[in-house]
Amino acid sequence: MARYPKPAEGSWTQHYPHLDTKPISFEDSTSREWYELEKEAIFKRSWLKVGRVEEVPKSGRYFTREIPAADTSIIVVRDGEDVRAFHNICRHRGNKLVWSDFPQEETAGTARQFTCKYHGWRYGLDGACTFVQQESEFFDLDKAEYGLVPVHCDTFAGFIFVNFADQPSQSLRDYLGPMLLGVEDYPFHEMTDRYAFKVECRANWKVFSDAFLEFYHAPVVHVGQHPRALRAMITAGGYEAPHYQLDGPHGVVTTAGSLHRSWEMPPENVKPADLATRSGLFGPWEQSDLGELPPGINPGKINPWGLSSFQFFPNFAILIWEAGWYNTHQYWPTSHNSLIFEGNVYSLPAKSASERVGREMAAVSFKEYSLQDANTLEATQMGIEAGVIHQWPLNDQEVLVRHFHHEAAQRVADYQREKG
Amino acid sequence: MPMLPSEFSGLERYAGKWCLATENERWKARMSSGMEELQELYDAVLPLVPEAMAYCDKFPLDDMPEDAVNLLRLVYSFVMVSFAVELWAQTYPPDTRGTDFVRLSEPLP
Ligand code: FES
Ligand SMILES: [Fe+2]
Repeated sequence: MARYPKPAEGSWTQHYPHLDTKPISFEDSTSREWYELEKEAIFKRSWLKVGRVEEVPKSGRYFTREIPAADTSIIVVRDGEDVRAFHNICRHRGNKLVWSDFPQEETAGTARQFTCKYHGWRYGLDGACTFVQQESEFFDLDKAEYGLVPVHCDTFAGFIFVNFADQPSQSLRDYLGPMLLGVEDYPFHEMTDRYAFKVECRANWKVFSDAFLEFYHAPVVHVGQHPRALRAMITAGGYEAPHYQLDGPHGVVTTAGSLHRSWEMPPENVKPADLATRSGLFGPWEQSDLGELPPGINPGKINPWGLSSFQFFPNFAILIWEAGWYNTHQYWPTSHNSLIFEGNVYSLPAKSASERVGREMAAVSFKEYSLQDANTLEATQMGIEAGVIHQWPLNDQEVLVRHFHHEAAQRVADYQREKG
Repeated sequence: MPMLPSEFSGLERYAGKWCLATENERWKARMSSGMEELQELYDAVLPLVPEAMAYCDKFPLDDMPEDAVNLLRLVYSFVMVSFAVELWAQTYPPDTRGTDFVRLSEPLP
């Protein structure tokens, strides 16, 4: 097909010398032991996105986050200008400090201080222990030594990241690198209309992520999202991206805009509900006015541009769409073969009911195709767990999948070397 | 008392079941209805969507009268059932019974 030029080496895959073109193993996605290594090598030392600053708009606002991949729960709280993160553990005898009704579940709220539900120790928003019940009963206890255990916390473009390493090997900005820093000036802060979704799924976190690192599957798995008249043509046409780019462990894939412009198509090729609501699979037709956008959102300078999907290693993605909205994906492993997938759709605050209807159409579309992905990935996990087949071929449109597994394995190898 | 503005009295018979505030409720209503019923709702609302949106747009989003909010919710339900009618010819997307995908929050109304 070759609709778009490939790099001089002949393929996107060969453009990057650390990648080969051989079939790969998915044992990294079926093994309990490997997952235990990934927790140490990846989740306990990478920068992980845990929220947005809008979730903690003023001092005292907090939320908790369960992070089974790092064997912990954290509190993220705004203390004046600062956003802080702490392990959600009381220093007295280990009770989970902040929770409500269900000890396993996440919660959010506003507090002047945190009081332990067990024996009443208290902590300030800065983590300092401020009160010990019956303090004189203790033996030489110095409250100053019993503050909450801090977690490294920083923000990028309003996204809150944490790092569980004692001393992260890189700052957040160094970790993200130039390609991801290029989206910094996108107006994320203004896009506060949010549709939030969640699913628990029986698939390895990388296997799940893989389906969002390639669109090779889209004309097959998702072809039903298009009107009947177009389906055969879409599947036969396949998928080609005009641009892939890797930077450190991260990656981006860009999709061209031609398929996205329903308003330029003959009406018989558009769903009647899309015509009625002026919205659809790729979002509302009326472009949101976001002002001038940073060139970094379209690093391949593709025209017409449709979408860039930025993969923040290890488990976060931002997808920025031509129509002026974005969504995020996050893949939180809960075991070697299960995860929680969180999806969010964000846009500017709707100014009218009809804008809301357009966003509703986009949000329902997101659900319909995410259901297709989630179910397919459970089926994929079953296939690779059978242990019958050990090598799996990847094509050039799956370059980000190859890179992702390579980077994850690299970190495990580094960790093993370090441990001797 | 009618739930919808008088201009949309033709849709009143759908209002009791389909003027639902959240996606969770609309999804459940779609899953628990027969295709004939979804088709009927779809056919009734589709031609009136542009008018319904124009009607709702007369009010600020944070200060809509109750009947306009109901009308907006009915349009949301139309969006919800349109996928079953236009794409799948069944209530749920094919091959998606193994997992749910729950909407936790959304802007209201
Ligand atoms: S465990 Fe928190 S006060 Fe005892
Ligand atoms: Fe997909």
